[in-house]
Amino acid sequence: MEKFIKHIGTGVPLRRSNVDTDQIIPAVYLKRVTRSGFEDGLFAAWRNDPEFVLNKDDYKMGTVLIAGADFGTGSSREHAVWALQNYGFKVVISSRFADIFRGNSLKGGLLTIILDQAEVETLWATVEADPSTAITVDLETRTVGYGSKSLAFDIDDYTRWRLMEGLDDIGLTLKQTDSIDSFEKKRSTYKPTTLPIRS
Amino acid sequence: MGKTLAEKIWAEHVVRAAQGEPDLIYIDLHLIHEVTSPQAFDGLRLAGRTVRRPDLTIATEDHNVPTLNIDKPIADPVSKLQVDTLRANCAEFGLRIHSLGDKDQGVVHVVGPQLGFTQPGMTIVCGDSHTSTHGAFGALAFGIGTSEVEHVLATQTLPLQRPKTMAINVEGSLKPGVTSKDIILAIIAKIGTGGGQGYVIEYRGSAIRALSMESRMTVCNMSIEAGARAGLIAPDQTTFEYIKGKPHAPEDFAAAVSYWETLFTDTDAQFDVEVNLNADELEPFVTWGTNPGQGLPLNSVVPNPADIADSEARTAAERALVYMGLEAGTPLKKIAIDTVFLGSCTNGRIEDLRAAADVLKGKKIASTLRMLVVPGSARVRLEAEAEGLDKVFLDAGAEWRNAGCSMCLGMNPDQLAVGERSASTSNRNFEGRQGKGGRTHLVSPLVAAATALRGTLSSPADL
Repeated sequence: MEKFIKHIGTGVPLRRSNVDTDQIIPAVYLKRVTRSGFEDGLFAAWRNDPEFVLNKDDYKMGTVLIAGADFGTGSSREHAVWALQNYGFKVVISSRFADIFRGNSLKGGLLTIILDQAEVETLWATVEADPSTAITVDLETRTVGYGSKSLAFDIDDYTRWRLMEGLDDIGLTLKQTDSIDSFEKKRSTYKPTTLPIRS
Repeated sequence: MGKTLAEKIWAEHVVRAAQGEPDLIYIDLHLIHEVTSPQAFDGLRLAGRTVRRPDLTIATEDHNVPTLNIDKPIADPVSKLQVDTLRANCAEFGLRIHSLGDKDQGVVHVVGPQLGFTQPGMTIVCGDSHTSTHGAFGALAFGIGTSEVEHVLATQTLPLQRPKTMAINVEGSLKPGVTSKDIILAIIAKIGTGGGQGYVIEYRGSAIRALSMESRMTVCNMSIEAGARAGLIAPDQTTFEYIKGKPHAPEDFAAAVSYWETLFTDTDAQFDVEVNLNADELEPFVTWGTNPGQGLPLNSVVPNPADIADSEARTAAERALVYMGLEAGTPLKKIAIDTVFLGSCTNGRIEDLRAAADVLKGKKIASTLRMLVVPGSARVRLEAEAEGLDKVFLDAGAEWRNAGCSMCLGMNPDQLAVGERSASTSNRNFEGRQGKGGRTHLVSPLVAAATALRGTLSSPADL
């Protein structure tokens, strides 16, 4: 995974709440067996609308998505994270994320940042007034900065460290193989196994 | 202080706990399907890793399979490749798979319980958000993304932050015609689609204890629609009876039961939040909008966004009415339906089919609509056929399909057309969920059947 330390980019204001993962990428776009190419399905139902924010020249180069509350609800499809990343987004800001989406994004290196709704509204207004506003997202200092503003955000130390080092979770867990081995020795024998097959 | 059920199960599965790090949690059962697994298997291959516990892993084909002509090759080449990829991955890594045509193929959350794999006190994951279904057995079960699927395949564990706990107490008894689907739709309308975020919900109270296992699964299934990754119900005699005799039920059943009987929330345990709901007052519930929290009793009218105080909820309601093509003030029962979908991991089990068939028996569905009946698994389909339910549906004018997720998510050919309106026993009424431009009203199997007969949203009491 690519390290995430600091990102400077422009914002894309998505003034909608409850953007579920079916909106981020509809099911018909989930048929690929690779991790790339999902950008064509990103917000597919809305992309036909010339007024949709991603279709406006001012926001074509944006890398920081600023969304309404409850972003990423619904299906656990990690394709939603891949679609945003494949399109070019590095950061999503919202006042509330659904749990599974947030987990997926932080595993995959798409930084999801929680700010108060009032701060989201101010950021929307700023980016709408001047789409070229530079937004600096600094994971080292845990701040989002633009203009003269610097807003602190929370992220747990462990996730921050993992993102800044670009570490793969599986590699970290495999270092604990001894603990897993000894846990397995204590497991109850009546817990089911899928093999051999019984009918 | 005592522990909640969720805390007990969590504590029993901690492989490693370290200050400032997530707990490493052991996973007892990993369910796999074709859509969220191919990239995980690719990741294993790239890193030269194996599947740690093939014997705790099971795959089936559900999200992207046709429900017609299943004896022929899948017509859509992209879908076919995805299903073939799952089969090849299972062969390569030595995993059990139930493919199209097998009696244990079906929606992953129907297959696990029917084979007896879902048992109290387990941790269960799947790359699907409706994994919460298995919580009905007193298991801690939740949906994961593909990176986590790969993690579980490689290590049989997941690093997880401990969730907070929420109790939802449903006391009283349901009126005739009111079902567990109405309970959960009412809960989501009450706490909102984000109300459960960060929590494991435990459903409690006399109305929950009175439910059958399959009805409990419907409640837990939609925990995610309230924002909670997991929802569970303490196991009891109903649970034990359901598991008994299933193919993979414990051989030493008595030993298992004596452990299962320890799985309850201690009387002195504290939940972080408690919510109360009175079952006596519940009515059949339907959604009118584009998120599962936008629901009302069937006797209501389409709400007027101007009456909603919260500006965000008002804007969402305005957008929803435009998308749904509804006018504020219209009685919900006047809304005409084009397609009735009976199926899914929410309501595609045998009891759901029986309940709907009971309403439809000897009658004909309205000529203005079509009805799709999609059993949750091939085994449910066989069971229904043995009881003659297929004949009831066919005689009524409905279509009798093969098992799969089907129109719940509109990934296979079973989709709504632009502007087409459904009454659906599934779990999500998101924009475009059942097909681009499609309009979804979430309902119980009883409401689905009554709606099919009358052509407009209805309950059996309206017949």
